[in-house]
Amino acid sequence: MLRIRNLTKVFNIGTINEQRVLSGLNLHISEGDFVTLIGGNGAGKSTLLNLIAGVYMPEGGEILLAGEDITKMPEYKRAAFLGRVFQDPMMGTAADMEIIENLAIANRRGKRRGLGWGVRKEEKLKFQESLKILDLGLEHRLNVKAGLLSGGQRQALALLMATIQKPKLLLLDEHTAALDPKTAVRVLELTEELVEKNKLTTLMVTHNMKDAIKYGNRLIMMDKGKIVYDVSGEEKKNLKVTDLLEKFEGFSDRMLLA
Amino acid sequence: MEGLLLSINSAVAQGVLWGIMTLGVYITYKILNYADLTVDGSFALGGAVSAILIILGWDPFLSLVIAFCSGLLAGVVTGVLHTKLKIPAILSGILSMIALYSINLTIMGGKANIALLGMETIFTKAQLILPAGFDKAMVSLSIGAVFVLAIMGILYWFFGTEIGALIRATGNNENMARAMGGNTDMMKILGLLLSNGLVALSGALVAQSQGYADVGMGTGTIVMGLAAVIIGEVLFGTRINYFLRMTSVVTGSVIYRIIIALVLRIGLKSSNLKLFTAIVVAMALSIPEIKAKFVKPKINLEKAE
Repeated sequence: MLRIRNLTKVFNIGTINEQRVLSGLNLHISEGDFVTLIGGNGAGKSTLLNLIAGVYMPEGGEILLAGEDITKMPEYKRAAFLGRVFQDPMMGTAADMEIIENLAIANRRGKRRGLGWGVRKEEKLKFQESLKILDLGLEHRLNVKAGLLSGGQRQALALLMATIQKPKLLLLDEHTAALDPKTAVRVLELTEELVEKNKLTTLMVTHNMKDAIKYGNRLIMMDKGKIVYDVSGEEKKNLKVTDLLEKFEGFSDRMLLA
Repeated sequence: MEGLLLSINSAVAQGVLWGIMTLGVYITYKILNYADLTVDGSFALGGAVSAILIILGWDPFLSLVIAFCSGLLAGVVTGVLHTKLKIPAILSGILSMIALYSINLTIMGGKANIALLGMETIFTKAQLILPAGFDKAMVSLSIGAVFVLAIMGILYWFFGTEIGALIRATGNNENMARAMGGNTDMMKILGLLLSNGLVALSGALVAQSQGYADVGMGTGTIVMGLAAVIIGEVLFGTRINYFLRMTSVVTGSVIYRIIIALVLRIGLKSSNLKLFTAIVVAMALSIPEIKAKFVKPKINLEKAE
């Protein structure tokens, strides 16, 4: 589904702050994979997601999604194939617009927008049905502005918005990091539910190693812009946090020695 | 007393004509979250285009259409400067505004103003159709009201469409709009274009109603627009639907004109008007900050002890 070849990203080229964040990264994700991505600060996880989403353009390499080369496609165009949820709950929804308006905009992701009504009558039922899955009672609050919701509610709504039009790839960038532990668990469960229900190919960045092991069928660890560890299947299921910590420390030590 | 009523009458009429400009400012400032200074130039642009076309013998109504289109163009220029050439929002507007000063002078044949004395305008035309008892202010008010209502209707429809909703989302949360497949650059250009078209139309109507176009007639347009938007917000609040919000914006424009008429009557020199407006807007914009600093929430200390 997603094939990345030799991807390179350098920030602040030609300045004293030049920083090579990714250097020749290769990655292949198959259809239906739910990949969790971990790594220390500055490992390049978010940069990778932003490159896939088109927020930044790479200095080298290529990104293929479902066989199509999207390396140079502008962000808004490739949004047609991608569902995204950000770390900041404020970023995924339009605060001054009603829940139903937010969903209607999400429902048109990847479609041509014209002068038809922004929210159609028949959409209301569909949205109510979808909101029921969240189990937050939002289906009765369609006309409430998204800004009045709590962080967890907004993030759940953002998750629904990212998946209401089935994306080819769902990108989750530490989407529970800003939530309290209880809410984070709820949003993660919801993520799993939506991913399974819609059979979504997913790439999830997380800082929480337990979550990285618990969710998904494949785990990738990044360090200094490279993939340093990649497990899936049974091996991943049997992973323990201590195993991951050992790996982490191994790389950190080598980093110190280097 | 009669003089006061008369000046209020004409203030209301002016307020409605300027209200179209205010709707334009509302689109950029409130919907797109973009303080667009182009309007100072595009207001005068509308006046200049309409006046020169009338002098050249064009139909006054057609001159309004062309004036509107000239405003659209001005908006596109600002939009391209900002979105494609990545010039900061305020600066893009200032650049367009300054450029328009020269352009407006050129359009007016190098003269600083054009008088429409004795020329046919939509107001003189309407005077012939409307009842004989209508004075100049009433005629202006009638025409202004027709335009304002039509424009409000169109805007209400437009911002309810898929594209309109995306423009609102862009102003609200650009990241989200882009992640949902919205071409946010295009949406900003569209909003700016629409806004400046309305501002130019307003300038054209004002020029026709006052009987002249002046290269300086747009100075301070953005501040007056903001004043009207803020007055409307204070009166109506913000938790109202879009149609009422637009009504509040036009009402704000009318009230602003009445306030100006009143302070002029009280004895403020007209040369001090812009200073007065600036102070009013600065005060209105700083209310939240001042409130937070000086107005302590009431806590009953005795009970706490």
